[in-house]
Amino acid sequence: MPYKIISSTCTACTACEPVCPNVAIREKNGTYIIDPKKCTECEGEDPQCVEVCPVDGCVVVDKSLPRYAA
Amino acid sequence: MSPKVIPIFVPQANQAPGCGAKGGAGKSGCGSSAGEHDLPPEVWAKVKDHPCYSEQAHHHFARMHVAVAPACNIQCNYCNRKYDCANESRPGVVSEKLTPELAAKKVLAVAAEIPQLSVVGIAGPGDALANPDKTFRTFNLIQKEAPDIKLCLSTNGLMLPDHVQAIADLNVDHVTITINMVDPEVGEQIYPWIYYNRKRWKGRDAARILGERQMEGLEMLTAKGILVKVNSVMIPGVNDRHLAEVNQAVKSRGAFLHNIMPLISDPAHGTHYGLTGQRGPTPQELKELQDSCEGGMNLMRHCRQCRADAVGLLGEDRGAEFGTDKIAAMDVAYDPEPRLAYREFVERERSDQDAARASELAALSGQAGDEKVLVAVTTKGGGRINQHFGHAGEFQIYELSNAGSKFVGHRKVENYCQGGWGEEDILEDVTAAIKDCAAVFTSKIGLCPRKDLATAGIEVVDGYAHEYIESSLIAWFRQRTESAQPAASVA
Ligand code: SF4
Ligand code: SF4
Repeated sequence: MPYKIISSTCTACTACEPVCPNVAIREKNGTYIIDPKKCTECEGEDPQCVEVCPVDGCVVVDKSLPRYAA
Repeated sequence: MSPKVIPIFVPQANQAPGCGAKGGAGKSGCGSSAGEHDLPPEVWAKVKDHPCYSEQAHHHFARMHVAVAPACNIQCNYCNRKYDCANESRPGVVSEKLTPELAAKKVLAVAAEIPQLSVVGIAGPGDALANPDKTFRTFNLIQKEAPDIKLCLSTNGLMLPDHVQAIADLNVDHVTITINMVDPEVGEQIYPWIYYNRKRWKGRDAARILGERQMEGLEMLTAKGILVKVNSVMIPGVNDRHLAEVNQAVKSRGAFLHNIMPLISDPAHGTHYGLTGQRGPTPQELKELQDSCEGGMNLMRHCRQCRADAVGLLGEDRGAEFGTDKIAAMDVAYDPEPRLAYREFVERERSDQDAARASELAALSGQAGDEKVLVAVTTKGGGRINQHFGHAGEFQIYELSNAGSKFVGHRKVENYCQGGWGEEDILEDVTAAIKDCAAVFTSKIGLCPRKDLATAGIEVVDGYAHEYIESSLIAWFRQRTESAQPAASVA
């Protein structure tokens, strides 16, 4: 399942954007969003966006979007 | 509570080009309140026009910060990035986030308006080196478009060793590192985590990595002759007893200045320390620690912990005049002439002021008595008594004695003069702010405040309007002591 950013707690600090190995994160209307099609959950290592985000619980697994859904 | 910066000189064993590294004889101190004759020439050349490093320069030159680097790679318990960052950007968040292109344009626009501009820095919020692309792109653009402007940056040091070469290549000649500990046991109480090598590290590991990287970066910078200032946040019960050790550690690695700042802690800031009731130091505790680290060296006391997007002379913020929208719409051209002319003018002014001070000092020498008095001065800059009392947003405080004059700090006040007449209660605050001063030197003052000050026992001196500050103060002090001891014989 891909990760998503809870926009109400995102401070738009920009930290997550450059650390994503899949360029899945970008700014949109003053907050940051993850493109679920690009997010691979950083398979094989810790999810980089979660590791770097200063706000607890701001980047979470998006359960509404099963990653392998057709 | 103004922070005090403790200058450091490099021990003889360490030949890194820092302050006082030359020879040994006579050069015991290196401080930023020191002038041309107290510093090795290569250091003086670097600090003389930098308002944050030299007390003399802060009279004449302006700096600006551009906030292009909001991301951070460590979490500090005293910081809530939503709100503020102790890494030179207190209080308040920056009001705008700039792209490198806009930032460079803003620098040009400000430079065109303010010939005093000599330094552009990248500090918080965030860490300049957690955003290396944005930081270096901004510096590149500025260097290309306005090569006469000096560059400086502030960092927590975590990524510093990776970027020392880039910093040197860009001729950045001042770097500030925030170092709060050298012992991971202390560090784990300050830093809950760091992000390093694609991984979040916690606890003692995090503090160990951070500490090692900071020391490594510091050594690499000083080995290249780049001046390094170390900022430390004093946190009572956490690192207060430890900072003397930090002082030793950074001193021995060639840091140029050590600036110990008080923790500013308020639940409203939403920081971990604010929310858990960790208190900041009292002014006495802060002073005790600073004194114990300083060891008889000169002090720099003019740091105002300015905002990350501040523009102007220290103590003055003209940032609002240079908002993002305005800049984007502006047409700006690079013209170094006014700044070069201004710098030449300052050179002349400075030697003139030095000469005036020296001659007053000579007249003063030999006078008896060990009296010390504080006086307040209103100035718009330029080292002159040139501000109307009612327009003063702060007073510069000098200590006068038979040794001459010494700048000891500044006190902010609300300027009482609004629309031409004074507001009584503000005037009371102003008087209270300088009540320990024997006199206030100003270029002009109204009748009413003059009376109030007299009642408070503060002498009003406007006879030196537009003259140099220091020579005037010394002259006044000499006449004052002479008239107090008419019979004193001059040896
Ligand atoms: S989990 Fe990894 S791939 Fe997915 S958005 Fe975060 S950093 Fe990018
Ligand atoms: S790191 Fe967290 S707070 Fe910062 S922009 Fe990304 S999601 Fe938002």
